[in-house]
Amino acid sequence: MGSEAVGVSLSKKAQSDEARGVALDAYARVPGFYTLFRTELVLAARRRSDIVNPLLFFVTVLAMMPLGIGPEPEMLSRMAPGLIWVMALLATLLSQESLFRGDYEDGSLEQLALQPQPLYFPVLAKVLVHWLVTGVPLALLSPLLGMMLNLGAEGYWPLFVSLVLGTASLSLIGAVGAALTVALRRPGLLLALIIMPLYVPVLIFGTGTVQAALDGYSFGPQLAVLGAILAVAAALAPLASAGAIRISLEN
Amino acid sequence: MSSSPYTSSATSLELSAQNSPVDGDRLRARDLSCERDGRVLFAGLDFLLPAGTALQVEGANGAGKSTLIRTLIGSTSDYHGDILWRGKAFPGALSAMRSELLYIGHNAGVRRGLSPMENLAWYGAAAEDAMAALDAVGLYGFEDTLCQQLSAGQNRRVALARLYLPGAPQLWILDEPLAALDVAGVESLESCMRGHLQRGGSVLLTSHQPVNIQPLAKVNLADFQPQESHLEAEYGF
Repeated sequence: MGSEAVGVSLSKKAQSDEARGVALDAYARVPGFYTLFRTELVLAARRRSDIVNPLLFFVTVLAMMPLGIGPEPEMLSRMAPGLIWVMALLATLLSQESLFRGDYEDGSLEQLALQPQPLYFPVLAKVLVHWLVTGVPLALLSPLLGMMLNLGAEGYWPLFVSLVLGTASLSLIGAVGAALTVALRRPGLLLALIIMPLYVPVLIFGTGTVQAALDGYSFGPQLAVLGAILAVAAALAPLASAGAIRISLEN
Repeated sequence: MSSSPYTSSATSLELSAQNSPVDGDRLRARDLSCERDGRVLFAGLDFLLPAGTALQVEGANGAGKSTLIRTLIGSTSDYHGDILWRGKAFPGALSAMRSELLYIGHNAGVRRGLSPMENLAWYGAAAEDAMAALDAVGLYGFEDTLCQQLSAGQNRRVALARLYLPGAPQLWILDEPLAALDVAGVESLESCMRGHLQRGGSVLLTSHQPVNIQPLAKVNLADFQPQESHLEAEYGF
């Protein structure tokens, strides 16, 4: 066996390397959407304070409102849709800052970015879980708070549905800001400055839904616009977030 | 699969060099230079990482080891010169390279809210493989403890357990893999890397400690620092 045989064995090795490279794709890499989603859900369930804090903020501030602006039922019921919606928006914003921070700091975001597959689905999984643990509980609580603020009963259902649709859009839009600011040590107000203007359409059509219902009009059109915003945000926001994450990781 | 008994490490290096560019030189840098914040970290860097060999990048703190690694994995495109993967240049070859890359950086990619088992599952490992890998890094009995309750060295071991999973990718790029490891851990990791080299894999690592693996080439970034950088820093801009 001379050097020729060795050369052959080496080229065979090269082939098996190639074959292994293909077979490897299933191994030691970041798995699919379902596993990402489940992992995020497990993590969220373990950091209960992250779930409870926005809700607590939401409920406490709204409970303070009648004390601050006076208990007149007519005034409260006129302000209720706007108050609930603004507080839901702020609660979402508060919880958004930490969306990518943990993953950025422990390096798993970089590991995700190194995968050949796009970042779209990991981002979507994170946002979906964020919405499930903040937006949905906020929406579920909203009729109760509506009752506290003397919101008319005909407003409960539109409030709930508009919050379900709207907070999903808020989570998606906020993810872009969170991705842009993830590399900053103390983003502070920057995150709010970036995403607040993008929140405005959601706020307008969200309160518009409830107001229309209270005034006895059909609120279908407003809900349709909220749905359209959600559809656009679901398609574009994860893409923008993924791009922003790559920029953040470059520095 | 294992290298022929006729090839000593030196000849296998030569042979695989002949065998290029298909398999021989996996990763190659040609005239590579990087700068950060206007300071040139290194310039004219050349190296070759053939299959079955390891490369240790040395340099003082701040010499640019981590910047070099981030450049090689494609996290930053701020460099001059060529990086080639299997004979094809970046950035075109980047996704091909990443599909065969296992990278463990300074932040090791261990999620502190998950247990070691869950962390490895996140990296796509089957349960019994993850168990064996955790056993190999000495975390037997800690599989289901949350990583935030483990020490720094143990967290490091969780990250390194990825290297022990069967069918690990060909190219390992490891930033300070020996940091925070005890003596037994270092020895275990070295034997793991030796096994990987024997299977025809490649390892690029940074370390301040001597690493006992063969064949090991060394690149010292201090040899590639441009002389005029002081003048530039003082009089430039």
